[in-house]
Amino acid sequence: MAILEAKNLNMYFGELAALKDINLSVEQGEILGLIGPNGAGKTTFFNCITGFLKYSSGEVFFKGRDITGLPPHRVCHLGICRTFQIVQSFHEMTILENVMMGSFCRYPNTKRAMSYAVEILEFTGLADKSDQIVGSLTLADQKRIELARTIATEPEVILLDEVMAGLNPTETEEAIELIKKAHQKGLTIIVVEHVMEVIMNISHRIAVFDSGELLVDGVPEKIVRDERVIQAYLGEEYHA
Amino acid sequence: MQKEKNFYTAFSVIIFLMAIAPLVIQNTHFQHLVIMLLLYATLSQAWNLIGGYAGQVSFGHAIFFGIGSYAAMAPLMRWGLTPWVGMLIGGVVAVIVALSIGVPVFRLRGHYFAISTFAVAEVVRELFTNWEWVDGPIGLDAPVMEEGFYNLMFYTNKLPYHYIVLAFFIIMMYLTFRMERSRMGYYFRAIKQRPEAAEAMGVYISLYKQYAFMISGFFTAICGALYGLYVLHIEPGTVLSLDISIKIVLITVLGGAGALWGPLLGSVILIPLQEYSRIWLGGTGKGIDLIVLGALIVLICIFEPRGVIGLIKRVGYQRGKK
Repeated sequence: MAILEAKNLNMYFGELAALKDINLSVEQGEILGLIGPNGAGKTTFFNCITGFLKYSSGEVFFKGRDITGLPPHRVCHLGICRTFQIVQSFHEMTILENVMMGSFCRYPNTKRAMSYAVEILEFTGLADKSDQIVGSLTLADQKRIELARTIATEPEVILLDEVMAGLNPTETEEAIELIKKAHQKGLTIIVVEHVMEVIMNISHRIAVFDSGELLVDGVPEKIVRDERVIQAYLGEEYHA
Repeated sequence: MQKEKNFYTAFSVIIFLMAIAPLVIQNTHFQHLVIMLLLYATLSQAWNLIGGYAGQVSFGHAIFFGIGSYAAMAPLMRWGLTPWVGMLIGGVVAVIVALSIGVPVFRLRGHYFAISTFAVAEVVRELFTNWEWVDGPIGLDAPVMEEGFYNLMFYTNKLPYHYIVLAFFIIMMYLTFRMERSRMGYYFRAIKQRPEAAEAMGVYISLYKQYAFMISGFFTAICGALYGLYVLHIEPGTVLSLDISIKIVLITVLGGAGALWGPLLGSVILIPLQEYSRIWLGGTGKGIDLIVLGALIVLICIFEPRGVIGLIKRVGYQRGKK
């Protein structure tokens, strides 16, 4: 059974259809990649699922439960957590405190939240600088912290919105490792990314968005050969 | 935890100094100054919860201040009810008022909250000015009653007032200190820094803003009650004035908004400035303190937006580097 399922999702901004009749589901333990040109509706899709946007029509199910219209904090408590395309750190807090903001979701007690956050910091390889103020760190570190914070809410599904955009090759490599580790932990992951090598490498399945429509979804090998995808997004260089 | 130890050390020193201050210097004017200082420190700390930590700036805290002072004074005058109960009633009413402002407004983002507190404060002042039971614009004078804790009236000596206000100051500081370290404190700061990210982390932000506002309103009302019982005369033009609302904000911002010691630092600077400018310049000095304060705020905003506490931290940091 699908852990997360969107049915006939429509999102209109006035006359503009940002999402048109999207039917997409993700299986437990799957890594689903979302690709598509800018403005295709990938982030809008995330915003709809996590309750940041109220969609015009359609339904979202999480483990068979209808979560249509739930506000973001409820969605997070149920077990779906996201990162932001433009990094959203609590910039005046330390790394540890940022991650605690995630673990507070399950552990209201400060001491428990802290010890769980330390665990997550070790898991994500941030433990050695946990006392630094986040506002002064590099983009790569901030993105890593955002991912750590997301994992700290003990979610079942995480939605990663371009966590590798703007990173150099080494940093990208580290981020991929981290995503794979999170997956081994049992997390279901939906990832939006523009770096093709990355998304082809880590995704079990890929869904392609274009102008608010779900063009096609399938295994990476199928996607790279799909004429429509090549035209809409990948470009001629991927023409096999 | 080192930080906790530091807090307890500093806190006990300050409590000790404040406790002996009126005994060492037995000048009535000085005693009055310290009482006002502690009262404003407590008041500003209450504002700090919502305006500093949670980042929702209220320009209408006089609403709660006024409600508190009227709730203690009016029943005392009309029915002889002990002001302790009146104080509590004031606190509860303040919480209800905070709810009725917060429920519609906290769902909105941006400056709506600041504007609405400002507007409601004006409305509340007009209401009290036209309310006969509390003698409208004339205000209320405390009745002459038996001295003592039951009536919270002391005529011969300022010391009891001093220790009562000090007790509330201690409670407020300690609660804030605990709050800073609790989940609620983290949530407040997260809401101020990145509301969207906080929401994504499972924080019900309008609820937490509401908590901050209600707690803040409750303690502001208590301070209002203490103020009224101390000065013995209240009227809409003073306890419900924009002056009070703004002063609370300025003290906190000057000292350091969202910082534990900010409100105390702010009032240590501002309250003596205000009292002495009044003495030195007499009646014409009215407003000089606010001009000086305005200048201070401008300087703070330009050079150290974190307030005086930020300056101190910066100096400490540079020392630490050497």
